Amino acid sequence: MKRGLEGPEPEERPSPTGRRNKQGIRIDPEVEATHEPRRTVISALVTHEPGVLSDVSGLFSRRQFNIESLTVGPTEDEDRARITIVVEEPDPGIDQIEKQLRKLVPVISVRELEPDAMRRELALIKVDAERPDQVAAVADMYDGKTVDSSPETATIEVTGARQKIEAAIDTFSQFGIREISRTGTTALARGTDRTAAPSSTAQPADEANHDDQYTPADDD
Amino acid sequence: MSERAAKVTPADDEQDDDQITDSAAPDAATDASTESETTTDPVTTGAESVVRALENAGVEYAFGVQGGAIMPVYDALYDSDIYHVTMAHEQGAAHAADAYGIVSGEPGVCLATSGPGATNLVTGIADADMDSDPLLALTGQVPTEFVGNDAFQETDTTGVTTPVTKENTFSSDSDHVGSDVSEAFALAREGRPGPTLVDLPKDITNGETDREPDAPKVPDTYEVQERADEEIVAAAAERIENADRPVLLLGGGVIKGEASEACREFAIEHEIPVITTMPGIGSFPEDHELSLEMAGMHGTGYANMAITHCDTLIGIGTRFDDRLTGGIETFAPEAELIHVDIDPAEISKNIYADYPLVGDAETVVEQLSDAVDESPEAKKWRAQCQQWKSDYSMAYDAPEDEPVQPEFVIEALDEATSDRAIVTTGVGQHQMWACQYWTYTEPRTWVSSHGLGTMGYGLPSAIGARIAADDDQEVVCIDGDGSFLMTLQGLSVAVREELDITVAVLNNEYIGMVRQWQDAFFDGRHSASDYGWMPEFDKLAEAFGACGFRIDDYDDVAETIDEAISYDGPSVIDVHIDPDANVYPMVPSGGDNGQFALTEDQL
Repeated sequence: MKRGLEGPEPEERPSPTGRRNKQGIRIDPEVEATHEPRRTVISALVTHEPGVLSDVSGLFSRRQFNIESLTVGPTEDEDRARITIVVEEPDPGIDQIEKQLRKLVPVISVRELEPDAMRRELALIKVDAERPDQVAAVADMYDGKTVDSSPETATIEVTGARQKIEAAIDTFSQFGIREISRTGTTALARGTDRTAAPSSTAQPADEANHDDQYTPADDD
Repeated sequence: MSERAAKVTPADDEQDDDQITDSAAPDAATDASTESETTTDPVTTGAESVVRALENAGVEYAFGVQGGAIMPVYDALYDSDIYHVTMAHEQGAAHAADAYGIVSGEPGVCLATSGPGATNLVTGIADADMDSDPLLALTGQVPTEFVGNDAFQETDTTGVTTPVTKENTFSSDSDHVGSDVSEAFALAREGRPGPTLVDLPKDITNGETDREPDAPKVPDTYEVQERADEEIVAAAAERIENADRPVLLLGGGVIKGEASEACREFAIEHEIPVITTMPGIGSFPEDHELSLEMAGMHGTGYANMAITHCDTLIGIGTRFDDRLTGGIETFAPEAELIHVDIDPAEISKNIYADYPLVGDAETVVEQLSDAVDESPEAKKWRAQCQQWKSDYSMAYDAPEDEPVQPEFVIEALDEATSDRAIVTTGVGQHQMWACQYWTYTEPRTWVSSHGLGTMGYGLPSAIGARIAADDDQEVVCIDGDGSFLMTLQGLSVAVREELDITVAVLNNEYIGMVRQWQDAFFDGRHSASDYGWMPEFDKLAEAFGACGFRIDDYDDVAETIDEAISYDGPSVIDVHIDPDANVYPMVPSGGDNGQFALTEDQL
């Protein structure tokens, strides 16, 4: 209804043939490159002070990163804590998580762990103890430890990789599971490889962007 | 700086501003004894240590509102040379401090009390966060023993502001509170600037201490990379040399990184067309032949054509906001991207960077400058850009017998003021016209709410800009009626402080931008956008003690603007514009920049 500006109409204008995908990557017009989410473990070394965990978890929630588990605990240095985060995101998302985490002032270093890193979680499984010997046998199978028993129940502690815990839960379910409590994954790099060290192991940002390596997540 | 003191009389007395800067050392208090008694006594309370930290950092002005929990800090300010501007609302304090930071380059400081005072700051803090403006917010807090008990005027301020601050701190030690403030000040401007906040419980500021604050210094965990990787610089330089259709895209980071001069030299030496983002306005002179002005949703047609068709995009200090890119799939679809940013997290966040250059904008542009030996052969491309400039020129009709067109008013204001005049705006149609029809030539002359899009930003930011500006710089606030109505209580501040500000309210009795979208995308159903009745802003201005003007037709425009600009104090022009005027060109949200609409029919 109201006048606008003069000039060739949209359909009269030349239009380029190239395209970008949803990650903003320039692609061949014929090929649509997509990134599938992958599961990975990110370890962050942070200063041990009030509010760090809320800074980190708040960052994840407000940027809508899908967080699978998050554990936190002190380290060998009492001024530092380690936060281990399991995420499932496409590669550009994982890259963003690392970069955004690095920006937080209390965060000392951030690293995505190699697939061969040691990853462990712990579960407490409380089952009906009508057949105590069988419960003990299953617990043995998974290197579980009975940490509490009563005439009606037995509580078993199992530690290990996620698949092992899930398998254990699956097997225990035959007795009737009353309650389960699981921690998230905690992890350390193997051998002399530092899990997260002040700046030295952190990749320079320029390189981080060019690291196209795709390493399928492996849980143990 | 005394020449920046504008109309604020008390600060004019401050003869030797070096005295404050010089004292930016931990032992400043004892050194400066010969200069001024007020800054030399040893601190005795946490609050005095807070104020000493501000003085050591060279702070001259603070914007805020008094209140219960912040009273100890204000009591300490009473003896300080820091000039406090009492605002009418805390939101205004945050915006004023934000604008002060934009114009001066140094963090603006705002203060508020706990609870509602602190929450009222949040909009302004979030605004500064989105635009990476340096800002330091100091908030009072209930005494530590009440924290967590839902005490009177208690809010978890650090909790509330965590998502919108670069860093915030709950201060829990009178001996350390001054150093917390020093560190927050340093963090606000270091690397990618941003807002920081220190929450100050009343018992901590009241508490005794003789500890002088440390000098402003960022914590060791905050590392900034200054120089970009030389290998990538070399590769990017080669790409630029071989480019057929290069474009420089200058964002707000260019201005914040003081890289405007380096970018100008680079663009002119290699004859590369220049586009700015909205926050980047002023980084390159818009009257230069190479300038294609602003790209994006309401950018010029020629800028959007150039960005869509370029093969090499050199983006500097921009985060590729969706208002700039439109749909990602169609943004610069044939371009390889060279991305310069000080924040590694901006690299490949929205648009994948083929050549990521993390570092300080000025340093990296100089690195690039050194590395580029030959200018790209892009004569044809430049001719094409000039052709687009004439094809999609920003011309408009202004028939005498029709209501005043907003574009005409913007151009008249531009003409009546100097090149260094500072423009501040609210958010809406008026803001877009101010982008399009004012010709900006200098950095730090454009003050607006870009990322957050905060209506009501115009007047409070004009107050902060006025105080940071040089005396010979006019400050013009171009506002909309809806936007102005949100924070016009700030007029009381402008009058009290005798600030020479000219506010032009482009009054169409609509929330105009919403009305425009409703016309385009909601069948013209003007749900809650039609104000129907607006106060007479000229009379309202008079009621506040400011000077009021009104423009109804073209005959009044030039003369009234001249009068308002030359009035030595705050003036408000109620400009009754064509209520149906809309902003074009326009790229619909998520659309293709090259398919911008020139009229409503093309949407």
